[in-house]
Amino acid sequence: MASIMAAKIRAKRVAQLIAGGKRLDGRELNDYREIQIESGLIERAEGSARVRLGKTEVLVGVKIASGEPFLDTPNEGVLTVNAELVPLASPTFEAGPPDENSIELARVVDRGIRESKTIATEDLVVEAGKKVFIVFVDVYVLNHDGNLIDASALAALAALLNTKMFNYEVKEGEVKIKPGYKPLPINNHPIAVTFAKINDKLVVDPWLEEEQVMEARLTMTIEKDGKVCAMQKGGYGVFTTEQILEAGKIAQQKATELRKLVVKE
Amino acid sequence: MSQKKPEKLIDEKDIRFDSRKLNEMRPVKIEVGILGNADGSAYIEQGKNRILAGVYGPREIHPKHQALPDRAALRCRYHMAPFSVQERKSPAPSRRELEISKVMREALEPSVFTEYYPRTAIDLFVEVLQADGGTRCAGITVASLALADAGIPMRDLVSACAAGKVEGRIVLDLSDVEDKSSDGADMPVAYMPSLNAVTLLQMDGMLTPDEFEQALNMAVEGCKQIGQVQKEALRAKYLTAKEAATETEEEAEEEAKE
Amino acid sequence: MPIFHEKRQLVTPGDLLAENDYLNGENTYKENGKIYATRVGLFDHDDKRIFVVALKSFYIPMVGDTVIGKVLELMLSGWIVDIRAPYVAVLRASDALERPVRPQRDDLPALFDVGDMMIAKIVAYDRTRDPLLTVLERGLGKVARGQTIEITPTKIPRVIGKKGSMITTIKNETGCQVIIGQNGRIVIAGKTPEDERLAIMAIRLVEQEAHTTGLTDRVTEMLRKEKGDKPGKEVAENVPKET
Repeated sequence: MASIMAAKIRAKRVAQLIAGGKRLDGRELNDYREIQIESGLIERAEGSARVRLGKTEVLVGVKIASGEPFLDTPNEGVLTVNAELVPLASPTFEAGPPDENSIELARVVDRGIRESKTIATEDLVVEAGKKVFIVFVDVYVLNHDGNLIDASALAALAALLNTKMFNYEVKEGEVKIKPGYKPLPINNHPIAVTFAKINDKLVVDPWLEEEQVMEARLTMTIEKDGKVCAMQKGGYGVFTTEQILEAGKIAQQKATELRKLVVKE
Repeated sequence: MSQKKPEKLIDEKDIRFDSRKLNEMRPVKIEVGILGNADGSAYIEQGKNRILAGVYGPREIHPKHQALPDRAALRCRYHMAPFSVQERKSPAPSRRELEISKVMREALEPSVFTEYYPRTAIDLFVEVLQADGGTRCAGITVASLALADAGIPMRDLVSACAAGKVEGRIVLDLSDVEDKSSDGADMPVAYMPSLNAVTLLQMDGMLTPDEFEQALNMAVEGCKQIGQVQKEALRAKYLTAKEAATETEEEAEEEAKE
Repeated sequence: MPIFHEKRQLVTPGDLLAENDYLNGENTYKENGKIYATRVGLFDHDDKRIFVVALKSFYIPMVGDTVIGKVLELMLSGWIVDIRAPYVAVLRASDALERPVRPQRDDLPALFDVGDMMIAKIVAYDRTRDPLLTVLERGLGKVARGQTIEITPTKIPRVIGKKGSMITTIKNETGCQVIIGQNGRIVIAGKTPEDERLAIMAIRLVEQEAHTTGLTDRVTEMLRKEKGDKPGKEVAENVPKET
């Protein structure tokens, strides 16, 4: 039964604790859960990574194929991000075409990568107007225990950093793969930081129970120089401008911490 | 990454391109109970295959008209991740995935005591994270374990393995490149070892009656081997709990003596 | 009359346990004179029966069981309740109110709203319909405060203990009220969240080490240690992860 709706007394307990500055799982308001990142586990894919954020588990695979550019951007390759909320990840996920949640997840992850110009799409052109490379970033949620956005964005970045671009030559207008490969050039390291608003307090990295009682959520994606490159508010509640600016400060700090886990200097 | 196609798949000494003997299976690794939300789950790596299975149930069935009055409805979804194959695959289910979903369900149904839970659903989800031939067999193997991990009563575990013909020889557990070779045959089989019952049998290609018998026997032997690995995986998961408990018991006895 | 395993040996579904003259008990089935296991568990037997103590199973409703349920939906004259079983349960208004129900006047959500937890009893259940609940007996009703946790239903007898020894120990050492549902849900209501945390720790310990002996003593020891040498602030850091 899709009954992961929080019990009322549990919801009250979660909110009470947070009002007092504590969370049910012992974390501080600004703490992330334990994070594990593993790269390169799907050899078939050009790049891959799996992130475990607490019990949330997301796998991202990157595939590169050749194709036609979009009509309005003949000199650019294509980046496309897709997310699958597969049914085994949660009793509330159903098989079928992407619903609004999986579409929002994909688009927020996409925005972070695209707006920060993480991939230089001009470098993906084989023949202007005719042939370009398409980078497919496929987000596969394997277990949903809250904060799919941050886990997916982190896994997407790790997967892109792991991505190898094959060597190629163009023969008779077709792209022919040659042996050898080089890393896909990655120009930025966007990190998404998501907050939940519960009882007028902001908590970082909400887990499933907190998501079930939150009034609203706010995601901020910070690129490597500290600029904000994407934002998304979700949920039926509201944020004050002070809360948003406060979140911005915390996001800067958190993004720097998380970035160290993915990007080895 | 692109795969180099070897010139010959099997040499004159009957050694296959990946150094296996004709009746040798790819290395298999299985883990049980690895997903947090699913009632039961299991994960397999067989050669380059990486497949995950999760089970929810028995649970209320939706839509209600799919309910069966006298037993649980076993529903199975076999699905491949877009990055699991050489050419990126669209996430939308293909006709192949739909057919495999059906035969997988029919391979597992005989093993489950569905009659104990009328009007409910047992939902099985098999996700192929990386494919290299024989995914429906590996999928059945791991789905059966997910059912056991969920505590759903079963007559037996279902073990699956394929046999076939490659370059004129009967071989066990074909990888993708062997499967795609011309003039061959691929025959997936699922089997309940304790009951000597075959629950899945399909074939494409061409085999003489003798070749067919040889391949069937080889596949069943392969299934039995897989069955051992399945049991070990279940023991590994549940024995650690038992061992930890026994260790504490012994410690307590030691302390009591002091 | 051969038996193929030793007591407490781990068996898996389809394992051949015994032949011929035995009766097949819990978590086994018989076919052609042979008895096989249906679940992963520990093998056991007595003179007449072969059975398996399952290491994992789910709750099947039984008439007379006390269960902890969560309201999923409001109906015109009752509630649909999740009792952590393959079937949802139904609580009719007539089994929640002492007097006849007046649908236009009575405010059902005031009694139980969506998301509320309740302690209820199963009054009816068979293969053709969902289990029926009542809250009209003593000790039943809405859970007003405290926390609920979920454990594997097979471990419930261990949490209760012989003649209630384990649950009494936990109640005494933590000062909490502990209400046990046969469906694997437990309500813990203490004077402080810290007391509740201790009770939860104790129950999780029992769940993990259910098949050992001397457990009651170990639980007492653990609780006393936790209470004893951790004053005030330090306790917060040890709050266990809620699952």
